[in-house]
Amino acid sequence: MDAQIALLLAQDGIVNGAIYALLALSLVLVFSVTRVIFVPQGELVAFGALTLAALQLGKFPPTIWLALAMGVLAIGVDLRRALNGDQISWRNTLLWSTLLPISACAWATFARPTSLPAQVALTLLICTPLGPLLWRLAFRPIADASVLVLLIVSVALHGVLMGLGLWFFGAEGSRTPAFSDARFTFADLPFNGQSLVVVGVASVLMLLMFFFFGRTMLGKALRATAMNRTGARLMGIPTGLAGDLSFAMAALIGAVSGLLIAPLTTVYYDTGFLIGLKGFVAAILGALVSYPLAVAGALLVGLLEAYASFWASAFKEVIVFTLIIPVLWWRSVRTHHVEEDE
Amino acid sequence: MSARWAVRLFAVLLIAGYLALPDFHVSLASNIGLYALVALGLVMMTGVAGMTSFGQAAFVGLGAYATAWLGTAGAQALGLTALHPALPWLGLLLGCFITAAVAGVLGAVTLRLSGHFLPLGTIAWGLSLYFLFGNLEMLGGHTGMSGVPALRIGPWTIESPRAMGGLIWVLVMALIWALTNLLDSRPGRAIRALKSGRIMAESMGVDTTHARLKVFVLAALLAALSGWLYAHLQRFINPTPFSLTIGIEYLFMAVVGGAGHLWGAVLGAALITVMKQQLQDVLPQLLGVSGSFEGVVFGLLMLLVLQRYAEGVWPTIQRLTARARPAPQKRAPQSVQENTKEKMQATTPVNTSGNTSGNTSGNTSGNTSGNTSGNTSGNTPVNTPDHVSPVILKKFLIARTLAAPGTIVLEAQGITKRFGGLVANQDIHLAVRAGEIHALIGPNGAGKSTFFNLVSGVDEPSAGTVRLAAQAMHQQPARAFAALGLCRTFQHVRLLRERSVLENVALGAHLRGEAGWLRAMLRLDRNEEAAIMAEAQFQIHRCGLTAWTHTDAGALPLGAQRIVEIARALAAAPSVLLLDEPAAGLRHQEKRQLADLLKQLRAEGLAILVVEHDMEFVMNLADRVSVLDFGQMIAQGTPKEIQQHPAVLQAYLGGVA
Repeated sequence: MDAQIALLLAQDGIVNGAIYALLALSLVLVFSVTRVIFVPQGELVAFGALTLAALQLGKFPPTIWLALAMGVLAIGVDLRRALNGDQISWRNTLLWSTLLPISACAWATFARPTSLPAQVALTLLICTPLGPLLWRLAFRPIADASVLVLLIVSVALHGVLMGLGLWFFGAEGSRTPAFSDARFTFADLPFNGQSLVVVGVASVLMLLMFFFFGRTMLGKALRATAMNRTGARLMGIPTGLAGDLSFAMAALIGAVSGLLIAPLTTVYYDTGFLIGLKGFVAAILGALVSYPLAVAGALLVGLLEAYASFWASAFKEVIVFTLIIPVLWWRSVRTHHVEEDE
Repeated sequence: MSARWAVRLFAVLLIAGYLALPDFHVSLASNIGLYALVALGLVMMTGVAGMTSFGQAAFVGLGAYATAWLGTAGAQALGLTALHPALPWLGLLLGCFITAAVAGVLGAVTLRLSGHFLPLGTIAWGLSLYFLFGNLEMLGGHTGMSGVPALRIGPWTIESPRAMGGLIWVLVMALIWALTNLLDSRPGRAIRALKSGRIMAESMGVDTTHARLKVFVLAALLAALSGWLYAHLQRFINPTPFSLTIGIEYLFMAVVGGAGHLWGAVLGAALITVMKQQLQDVLPQLLGVSGSFEGVVFGLLMLLVLQRYAEGVWPTIQRLTARARPAPQKRAPQSVQENTKEKMQATTPVNTSGNTSGNTSGNTSGNTSGNTSGNTSGNTPVNTPDHVSPVILKKFLIARTLAAPGTIVLEAQGITKRFGGLVANQDIHLAVRAGEIHALIGPNGAGKSTFFNLVSGVDEPSAGTVRLAAQAMHQQPARAFAALGLCRTFQHVRLLRERSVLENVALGAHLRGEAGWLRAMLRLDRNEEAAIMAEAQFQIHRCGLTAWTHTDAGALPLGAQRIVEIARALAAAPSVLLLDEPAAGLRHQEKRQLADLLKQLRAEGLAILVVEHDMEFVMNLADRVSVLDFGQMIAQGTPKEIQQHPAVLQAYLGGVA
C-alpha cells in the first residue's frame, strides 16, 4: 500500500465515519434523555434512503402509510389515557400524529415534487414524525422500566421495522442520485463532491446540535432531563416533551444519514441495521453518554473499516464488530466499583 | 394438581407422543427441545439474574461448527481419523471449550459495567461470529459443511431423527431438573440477588462479577450443547441458523414464555417454533411478497408481552391453574398492615432470660443449633426441619469468633469523600467498639449515608483509611467487608420483593455456607441448605417476623421490611452491624422491640453503628453518639454530652437561645 492508497482509504473512512458519528450522536442523545438504546435507528436510515428512492421513481412512498397508521394508533393511545384521567398535551399529539403525516401525504399526492431538494424535504417530513410516534407507541407506556427491558423492546421494534421495510420496498436495493457530481483533484488526491457533501452536512448538523444544547432553552431543558428526569420534571420540563423531541431528532438524523449514504452505496431494507450498529460501537466508546468520545469513536470505526476492507475485505464486518471487545475492555478498566443498574 | 404432578404428566405425554406420533411431529419436538435448551440459558440470564443476551445463536453456532469441523476436515487435518467413533464427543469438548473462552472474554470485559453493555456486546459479537462462519474457507463459507458424523454412544449409533429426539428431550428434562435444584440453593439465591441490584448482593458477600460471569458462561454452554445436538441431528450445517435474527428469536422465546421460569423456556420455544412455521406459510401469501415477515409479528408480540404481561405466558397459565386448586399458604393472614403490632408483640424477641452471651448467630464456634432448638418454645414455633440434628447444623455453617468487648473493630481514620466539588465527608475520625452501640446523627444531607457507604465498601473514600478488624480496607469491594464480619442494612430497603422473607434472610447467610453450583445442581448440598434455612428461621423468629416467614418480602409494610433487612444481616453472623435508619416507619411499640433486640445484640458483643433520626430512640439506646453536619464531624460523646453540646444545638436548632 502506498501513500496515495492510504490517503484514499482515509478519505473513505472519514466519509463513512462522519455518518457513523451522526448516528452515534443521536444514539447518545436518545439514551441520555430517555434511557432507550435506540436500536431501530438503523431502520430509519434505510427508510430515509428508500423513501427518497421511491419518490424518485414517482411512487407513493409506503412510509407515509406507516406514519398515518401510527398516527391513528397514537391518537387512540392518548384518547385512552385521557379517559383514564391523564393530562394530555393535545397540541403535541396532533402535531406528530396528524399534522405532519397528513401534510406529507397531501404533498406527495397532490404536488408530487420532482426536484431533488423538494423530494429531500418531503422525505424528511415523512420520516421525522416516525421517531416521536415510535416513542409514544412502544416506549412511553413503559418509560419507567429498566434499561434492559427498554433495550429488549428496542430490539423487538427493530425486527418489526425491518420486516415492514422488506414489505414496503422489497428485497432489491436502491441508489439515489448524488447531491453533487463535482470531481476534482487536490494534492494528487481525487475528491468527489458527494463525499464533501457528506462531511459538510454532518459537520453542520453536529455544530447545530452543539449550538442547540449549549445555547437554546429547549436544548438546555433536554440536557436537564438527561441529567435528572425527576428534577427536570419538578422544574416544569415535561418528560413527554423530552421524549418526543429526542426521538424526532433521532429520526431526522437517521433519515439524513440515509440520504447521505444512498448515493455512495446501494441501500437495501436491512442495510441500515449494520450502519446503525457501527454507530453503536462508536457510541459505546463514549459509554453512551459522551458526545465528543462518540464522534472520535465514529471516526475510528470508519477508518478501521476502510483499511480492513483493503487488507481483508471478506472479514471487514468481523473486524469492525470485534472492535467492541477492546472498546468495552477500555471502558471496563476505567471503572473501579461495580456500576449499579437503574 | 401440584407442580410435581404436572411435570410427571408432561413427561408421560412426552413419552406417549414419542412412541405414537409420526416422524414429522417428532422432529418438530426435537427442534423445540433444541431451542428450549438455549432459552433455558436465557431464562437463567434474563429472568433470574437480570442480564440478557441477543447473541446466543452465535454460541449455538460455535457448538455446531466445532463438532462439524472436528468430525470432517478437522479430523483429517489433525490426523485424528482413527478416533472416528469418539469424534463427536471430542467435538463437544472442543465446542464447550471455545464457547466458554469466548463467553468468558466477552463477559469479563462487560460485567463490571452497567447491565446494558453485555447485551450490546452480544449484538456486535453475534454479528461478528456470524460473518466469520460465512467467510472462513475451512468452515465451508456460506455453503456450509456436510458429512457430519453420526453420534455414537458405546455400541449404539444415534442416527435416526427419532433417536436423536429422545436424546434431546432426556437432556432437556435433566437440565431443567439440575437448574431447578440450582435455583433452590445457596448459589441460586446469590444469582437471584443479582437482579435486584449489585450493591445489596455484594454487601451480602456475593461476588457479583463472578456470579454474573458464571451465569453468562452457563447460558453460552447450554447454547453450545444445543448446537452440538443440532449438528448431529442435521448432519449438515451452514451459517443461517446462527444469525443475529435467530439470536433475537431465542430471547423472544424466553421472554414470551416467561423469563422468570424454567418451564417458560420450554413453553416459549414451543410457541415461537409453531407460530413461526405457521407464519412462514401464511404471511407471504397474505402480503403478496416472498420473504420472512415473522419478525414483524414476533416483534409486535414482544411489545404486547412487555407492555401488558411483563412476566410472560407461563406465570399467567400458573395463575389460571392456581385458581382451580386451593391456594398455597403463602400470604400472611388478612391485612398485613393492621397486624404489624400484634405480630411483633406475639413473638417477643427471644433470650430475655439472661443467657444471652454466646448464644446468637454463630457467635463463637457456631452453636446456633442450640438456639434454634432452644427457642422454639414461643407461641409461634420455628419450623426447624425435624431430620436435621443440632450436631449437623453446627457442622455445616461457618461461624465467627467475636472480639472482646471494648476492642475497636471498625475505624474511620480521617476519611474524606468528594463528589466533584462537593465535599460530602471531610476528615472524619470515628471508632466503633465491640459490645457498643454507636449512633451517627445529623441533619438531612449531613453526609451520613455517604459515610455508611464508605465504611461498608460500597464506595471508596477520596482520602483516609477505613480499618475493619484491624485491617486497612484500601480498594476493597463490599464483599470483602462482609467476609470480615461487617453486615449492613440500607436506608432504601433492598430486598428481593418477589421472594419470601425466608429466602431473603437466608441470603444473609451466604458467606457461612460453601455449596457451589455443581453440588447444588446435583442436590448434594441438602445438609448445609437445611442448616442455612434453620438459621434463617431462627433470625426471623428473634426479629418477630415468624408470621411472615413465607410471605413475599415486597408485601410487608415498609417498617417490617426494614426488620427483614436486620434479620438478613444477623443471618450473616456479623461482628459489626451497620443499620441505616432502622426505626423509620416503625410504631412506638415496634421501636421498643427493636431497641430490645439491639440491646441484646450489644450484650452478645456485637459492634453496632446506627444512623437514626429518632432522637428518643438514639439517646436511650446509644453508648456513644457522633454528630455530622455539612460533612464535618462536629461532636462526639455520650448521649448526655451531645444533648448539651453547643455545636449540635446550633446545627439542629439554628442557634442557641
